[in-house]
Amino acid sequence: MTGGTAVAFAIGLPLFGTILILLNDRYPNIREAITVTTSICLALIVFGLVPEVTSGGRPSFVLTEIVPGLPIAFEVEPLGMLFALVASGLWVVTSIYAIGYMRSHHEVQQTRFYACFAIAISSAMGICFAGNMLTLFIFYEILTISTYPLVTHSETKDAVKAGRTYLGILIGTSIAFLLLAIIWTWFLTGTLDFTPGGILKGKADGPVLGLLLFLYMYGIGKAALMPIHQWLPAAMVAPTPVSALLHAVAVVKAGVFTVLKVIVYIFGIDTLAGIGQDDWLMYIAAFTMIAASCVALTKDNLKARLAYSTVSQLSYIILGTAFANSLGILGGGMHIAMHAFGKITLFFCAGAILVASHKTEISEMDGLGRVMPVTFIAFLIGSLSVIGLPPLGGAWSKWYLMLSAADAGQIIFMFVFMVSSLLNIAYLMPIVARGFFASAKADKHHDDHHGEVSFWNGVRFGNIREAPPFCLFAMTITSVGCILLFFYADKIYRMLAPVAGIQG
Amino acid sequence: MTEHLAALQVVIPLICAPLCMLVRYRDWSWIVALFGSWSCLVISWLLLQQVMTGGIISYHMGDWAPPLGIEYRVDTVNAFVLLIVSAIGAVVTPYARESVRAEFGVNRVYLFYTSYMLCFCGLLGVTITGDAFNLFVFLEISSLSSYVLIAMGKDRRALTAAYQYLVLGTIGATFIVIGIGLLFAETGTLNMADLAERLADKPLSRTIGAAFGFLVVGISLKLALFPLHLWLPNAYTYAPSVVSAFLAATATKVAVYVLLRFLFTIFDVKLSFGVMPLDSILLVLAVIAMFAASAVAIFQPNLKRMLAYSSVAQIGYMILGISFANVNGVAAGILHLFNHALMKGGMFLALGCFFYRIASVNLDDMAGIGRRMPWTMAAFVVGGLGLIGVPLTVGFISKWYLVLGAFERGWWFAAALVLLCSLLAVVYIWRVVEVAYLKPAPENAPDIEDAPPSMLIPTWILIGASIYYGINTDLTVGAAKLAAQQLLGAG
Amino acid sequence: MAAVGLYNYWIVVFLMMAGFYIVIAHDNLVKKIVGLNVFQASVFVMYITFGKIQGGTAPIIAEGITTYSNPLPHVLILTAIVVGVATTALGLALVVRINEAYGTIEEDEIHVQDEES
Repeated sequence: MTGGTAVAFAIGLPLFGTILILLNDRYPNIREAITVTTSICLALIVFGLVPEVTSGGRPSFVLTEIVPGLPIAFEVEPLGMLFALVASGLWVVTSIYAIGYMRSHHEVQQTRFYACFAIAISSAMGICFAGNMLTLFIFYEILTISTYPLVTHSETKDAVKAGRTYLGILIGTSIAFLLLAIIWTWFLTGTLDFTPGGILKGKADGPVLGLLLFLYMYGIGKAALMPIHQWLPAAMVAPTPVSALLHAVAVVKAGVFTVLKVIVYIFGIDTLAGIGQDDWLMYIAAFTMIAASCVALTKDNLKARLAYSTVSQLSYIILGTAFANSLGILGGGMHIAMHAFGKITLFFCAGAILVASHKTEISEMDGLGRVMPVTFIAFLIGSLSVIGLPPLGGAWSKWYLMLSAADAGQIIFMFVFMVSSLLNIAYLMPIVARGFFASAKADKHHDDHHGEVSFWNGVRFGNIREAPPFCLFAMTITSVGCILLFFYADKIYRMLAPVAGIQG
Repeated sequence: MTEHLAALQVVIPLICAPLCMLVRYRDWSWIVALFGSWSCLVISWLLLQQVMTGGIISYHMGDWAPPLGIEYRVDTVNAFVLLIVSAIGAVVTPYARESVRAEFGVNRVYLFYTSYMLCFCGLLGVTITGDAFNLFVFLEISSLSSYVLIAMGKDRRALTAAYQYLVLGTIGATFIVIGIGLLFAETGTLNMADLAERLADKPLSRTIGAAFGFLVVGISLKLALFPLHLWLPNAYTYAPSVVSAFLAATATKVAVYVLLRFLFTIFDVKLSFGVMPLDSILLVLAVIAMFAASAVAIFQPNLKRMLAYSSVAQIGYMILGISFANVNGVAAGILHLFNHALMKGGMFLALGCFFYRIASVNLDDMAGIGRRMPWTMAAFVVGGLGLIGVPLTVGFISKWYLVLGAFERGWWFAAALVLLCSLLAVVYIWRVVEVAYLKPAPENAPDIEDAPPSMLIPTWILIGASIYYGINTDLTVGAAKLAAQQLLGAG
Repeated sequence: MAAVGLYNYWIVVFLMMAGFYIVIAHDNLVKKIVGLNVFQASVFVMYITFGKIQGGTAPIIAEGITTYSNPLPHVLILTAIVVGVATTALGLALVVRINEAYGTIEEDEIHVQDEES
């Protein structure tokens, strides 16, 4: 299989899976087998692309030309490769997790859930491999629309309201700002291809570029820059697998990935550094980092706290990009992968806690760690990675981001990174501490909620009341991933080096 | 045969109309109408091919040479509009069979097909003719028959809506006659090409100015440009489902074509947009139409009325494109003419399906309909995404060129407004989506099937086309750009 | 005295405005149709007026006559009259139907009934 066909398959396969899933509406086992098989095949295809891309190849593939001179085209470059690896790899894990979660949580409309999930992954692949800004925009919108049914999954009033916020902000910003910026770019340059070094260089003067930058940054609502971050906490009404894969990995990372792409391939980091119009972006990103962490501290609902943590972490990447130097791009790109593994682990744990003990509030989790040891150990590992302590993957990306702040001569932002890390500790560690060390409050009424529980709906052993085995398996994999990423970070470094302009 | 295609385009439906009246027996009138509309589609396709390859076709009615005789003149612009009108007709007619029978009763269907064919003939005639007075006659044929069609609605308010439309439509038409008359007084000719030539030599006189004013106002009334749109919401709301779909997709589009013809071909661009400040007038009205009508649409409990107001807003987009007076802008206007016909036609057909099954198009009765009639609702949603301008739908292509035209003109704020206005479309479409999918159906709701295939397939043909032409734009963008160049190149 | 000499056009303008006023100001649906007719009639007069050529006679070819009035506007207006008659007929038919449905042909009363339903 040549690179180009592999790209086509990567986008087409989940869509094909969607059709099969819809056809097997009545047979849950077959349906879920299809989901897992599709995800594994997808991951294999994506992994198969790695050697070609690392050796400098750019597999590409043109679907059709929409507007004369503007095709729907795909081209794999290292940044997209990395994002695709993360998204497709974690889809496998999430599919396995979802089986345990959805069944033991007795969710409705599971076929729709799996179908929309597959479409969302397909559009995430489209974003990863997009060869020009129009293609990226198309898949960006499909991703928004396909995740809407997932957010409103429970069909309650709250879900409908959250869905409104979600769609309103994401569609609103993308049409009003992003599309405007894209057409403006096309008008100025006559191309939208992602070109190393940028396409806007010399096409417009400073203020126009500054305005364009503003339109792009606030047009990419998925990057959750304050004050357009509200959709992300709202999206937490979705079932946990959705929050885990889409709202910690695919959707939000699609946002920051788009930011990276725009800065690197549309503006060009040299152009951006040259015009000096991006100071405001640094301050906004820094503000978002700190403010979102502070809000996270006040949230008692576990998923809400994690959501605000994500908002804050996304701004790490934006800030790194805004420095417009090699190390910033490198650190930002790396943080996409590192944060993905850390945060998905945390969400898996949150979902496991919900399924096994029906608890959503942190204040209720006293002593829960002794009842659910595996979950809480995974949570600890995930937290440490998000905080950025070695030997966990998160350490590296923060390292490069700090270096890039120093490189840009922005010492103040080094402090911002440090303060933010401290805040991370402050909002994540108490959960673990509560779980292991606080004494459990006497509440028995949840315990025997369902009477006898089969093994597949929850692992029980003595005092242990753990989550379903599928869930445990998934969170173990991702937490091991967090550790492995620390030791294999050089692979990511080498992959991203050409994008960042470092001679690897 | 082929040299008479231009005449046949109008003559076939004109003959079909009385035939429908004569063959009253059951479905026979429907078969006649089906023959009429499909053969028109073939003819218009052939005409477009001829024009794209061989240039302008000039057909002399009764072999009387223009400018004395009536000339039918087909260039890229009206060949494209002819295709739109006849394609919509060809899709709507098969749909009409079930829907009309349900809404009219079997004994009265022939009346519908008679006026439908007349309306069809009138719209095609307006588009194809190269004679200004002939245009007025065809305009009245189409208008009179559409008053009849609207009055056939079941609700008694259809009667008052038709009456209101009749009064306003007649005023508009009379304005157009006055304008044409003044032009005739100034130049002594009625042939459009001849008019354009003679007007080009003349300095601007008060007569020409007055003619220009009467024509623009009259046509604006016909195309429902804000604030002359008052007839439209009621007419579309109370008309039978098929009629709403057909008129929404064709009647206002033809009026937009007439405006293009007068502004760019007969008058000069320099006169329309240089001497007369029409560009800024149209710009302001179009923007107000876009925002005001979209905002009103958000609060409509009746979905047909909601779509009607949305139509007023969408006409605003077309006029906005025209007001840019550059190739991309005018092309966007023509493109949206086609694209909007597909989307809005499809959505009105979907509403017709709902009406067929649950006898209502009120938002309150739509609870849970997404699961009870999945295919119909899906069509409605896809059409709605087009109105919003989501990529891979035709709406996106229109917006792309519209915004590009705005940039080219240097009116970047207009570009921003176009996109901001899309957000209002998000609101009024999503309001329906929420009710249809996320609100449970009432307990006592009867079990219903989805609409019959004879209605569902035409609906999906239009909706499917709105996706297809959002991805493959060779035909639409190619024709629209060529048309825009022809229109602007003349001036 | 050019302005007075164009008295035909003054009549046209007067009729046009009168007709227009009736259409707008009257609630009675039949009177509106009458107004519409007056409005259209003014246009007929206008067309006929500029078809007239001073010193010209009816366009029938005869010995010794060189100036004819322009016949074309007459033909056009013949068509326009037909259209006008059709419009009037349709409008009156609608009024009859409205009367059957609402029991009145006063616009404000119809409006009240629509509000209630």
